[in-house]
Amino acid sequence: TVRNKSRPTQKMNLFQSVTSALDNTLASDPTAVIFGEDVAFGGVFRCTVGLRDKYGKDRVFNTPLCEQGIVGFGIGLAVAGATAIAEIQFADYIFPAFDQIVNEAAKYRYRSGNLFDCGNLTIRAPWGCVGHGALYHSQSPEAFFAHCPGIKIVIPRSPVQAKGLLLSCIIDKNPCIFFEPKILYRAAVEQVPMESYQIPLSQAEVLQEGSDITLLAWGTQVHVMREVAAMAQEKLGVSCEVIDLRTIQPWDIETVCKSVVKTGRLLVSHEAPVTGGFAAEISSTVQEECFLNLEAPITRVCGYDTPFPHIFEPFYIPDKWKCFDAVKRMINY
Amino acid sequence: MLSETTQSSSRKFCPPLVLGVKRLCLHSLSQVFLSETDLRTIMCPKYDVLGLGASVQSSVFENTTGSAVLPGALQQQPFDSLAEKPQFPGASAEFVDHLEFIQPNVISGIPVYRVMDRQGQIINPSEDPQLPKEMVLNFYQKMTLLNTMDRILYESQRQGRISFYMTNYGEEGTHVGSAAALDPEDLVFGQYREAGVLMFRGFPLDLFMAQCYANVDDLGKGRQMPVHYGSKDLNFVTISSPLATQIPQAAGAAYAIKRENTNRVVICYFGEGAASEGDAHAGFNFAATLECPLIFFCRNNGYAISTPTDEQYRGDGIAARGPGYGMLSIRVDGNDVFAVYNATKEARRRAIAENQPFLIEAMTYRIGHHSTSDDSSAYRSVDEVNYWDKQDHPISRLRHYMTARGWWGEEEERAWRKQSRKLVMEAFERAEKRQKPHPDLLFSDVYLEMPPSLEKQKESMWRHLQQYREHYPLDHYEK
Repeated sequence: TVRNKSRPTQKMNLFQSVTSALDNTLASDPTAVIFGEDVAFGGVFRCTVGLRDKYGKDRVFNTPLCEQGIVGFGIGLAVAGATAIAEIQFADYIFPAFDQIVNEAAKYRYRSGNLFDCGNLTIRAPWGCVGHGALYHSQSPEAFFAHCPGIKIVIPRSPVQAKGLLLSCIIDKNPCIFFEPKILYRAAVEQVPMESYQIPLSQAEVLQEGSDITLLAWGTQVHVMREVAAMAQEKLGVSCEVIDLRTIQPWDIETVCKSVVKTGRLLVSHEAPVTGGFAAEISSTVQEECFLNLEAPITRVCGYDTPFPHIFEPFYIPDKWKCFDAVKRMINY
Repeated sequence: MLSETTQSSSRKFCPPLVLGVKRLCLHSLSQVFLSETDLRTIMCPKYDVLGLGASVQSSVFENTTGSAVLPGALQQQPFDSLAEKPQFPGASAEFVDHLEFIQPNVISGIPVYRVMDRQGQIINPSEDPQLPKEMVLNFYQKMTLLNTMDRILYESQRQGRISFYMTNYGEEGTHVGSAAALDPEDLVFGQYREAGVLMFRGFPLDLFMAQCYANVDDLGKGRQMPVHYGSKDLNFVTISSPLATQIPQAAGAAYAIKRENTNRVVICYFGEGAASEGDAHAGFNFAATLECPLIFFCRNNGYAISTPTDEQYRGDGIAARGPGYGMLSIRVDGNDVFAVYNATKEARRRAIAENQPFLIEAMTYRIGHHSTSDDSSAYRSVDEVNYWDKQDHPISRLRHYMTARGWWGEEEERAWRKQSRKLVMEAFERAEKRQKPHPDLLFSDVYLEMPPSLEKQKESMWRHLQQYREHYPLDHYEK
């Protein structure tokens, strides 16, 4: 378990918890290398600060500015048996690497009959809105990858979660994409264990139990949902069950369905545009599994079907008022 | 290190950030929850390149070790503003005072290295690798065995026995010459027209056939189209259809192998068409910049399906791109198995010793169609194809070399043709009779472990088959 009183912890924000996970990995796994644009000096979000000095320039190094190269190179490292941790500077820039991720990394084991695989590959990228990021520094592209069997997608909500989930991704023998909510890099601070620990993948976490409605989210939006739960309790007397999905693919269908069977109502929320967003997949599966338990249609509170806007961000995002309003409508359905 | 301006602007950032953090620290439980207001008022600088974040954080967090690096810190030479030489970090060069565009040299491009002439005669004896007779006979037998297998499997596709095939006609020299120059432990990344490399390394006919037939013996478990071979034991990474994706992967693998310090090289094959892909540029640049022990082997065979080279590139082929990446490059006669051997051997030696990539552009000709889905008479003349088949073929040139030394003659040729055909036909007949793999293998290896949702999908497939089995070819599949 994560919270063991005798294990030394240190106050860390989310980017520091990432550094800590990477530090633990480089210390224990001599094959592990970290690479990407600007990681050598510490990274544009400071996730790799100090690691090059500590572990050497052959293990923490800059690559040329080329995402398809970064991921392709990472796949090759992994195929040759090294632990490859690739950084894409912003999730918005992951698309040049889409072919390498979808056509190569995800299919390596399957297509070779398990002769070869790139399970040692982990791709990290800053993710989600940040207040002023606009089209190309705010995206949440998990839905594009969720459609691709063979990769895992993981999104943490906090430093303790980030370190444990990232370490699980690194150790996991499948290629993983780890999206880091950039708005939380400095804002989220916790006491994080200094040693290595893992949080299981494909396991959602029920943060708060409730009886009237299930609120499901991941990453930054989990914090919004917690606040919505408090608002709903206070203003509407509604008891919310809040779930952090944590792993988008393969996702924990059992935990979510168990909750919806209990509450009868599901609200899923994400920043990414609503159409084809991952909430759509969740909705579809949950209505198949829990149809007769539903008291209201499954509701999605997501970004609009537009590119992520700059000055209009406050209107675009699925904020607590939109989610609160959705709860109200669902309770009164 | 930071200028006055940046320091003062970082102080402007301090109050809201520190306030926000202080508020959170007060609630610093083992689980942190942020209010939406906290999140929306954070003004995170987009980039920390100027070290703004570091100056803020060092005042707030005890354990940050931020250190900003000035742009230009990675210059090659020390900055000297008094020197007449340009001081730009991006290039090391002299000044020039007249305007002149560098002319790309395509009329008289990089010369083609060869050892034998088209009749198999050694041109410069000091370049003859003087390989022992057994080795040369083995080259010949592997090239011709490949040729025989190609004929039979091409035919079998025409007869509907396998779904698809790609021949290697005319390029056997590039496969065998390069494969012979490598160690068995060297890792091979291929495109799809390098079956001779695998054959040279000893991949059995049965396994070639098994993959093409997608039968129960296929190491790939029947998942891919024919000619997508792979062998862990023979260090030949499984082929994938998307072009050039293997190029940056080869660079990564070479980097890992470099760190292992075991006398191994990586070789990466691709065609001149695939070299137009962005992944090729990525792979070349990464390999050179990250100092990878890697041989890039380009088979320039004149066509990418129907697209001739003058519609593929305008420069001097692929070899001329090497210097652009800082890479040592050579162009060789791909139909001269000794030239290919020599170049690959030397590239291998130096790549490992010097930790840098080498680019070999092997000029050759694709005598066959692109694949069984192609009829190349639609875009090239029979005369052109015949020229290469009859006048400049790697197999005949080697045979001339061998017969000139009395190592091979009509009798040996007749006997070997008969034997190699027999070997291929026997493997073919065996493969024809084998069953297809168990349908469960449709579902495994997506991940290392099967996720519960996929387990359920598999169960639903079998339930469906129970009811509708007569509509599915289950009898051909392993029970």
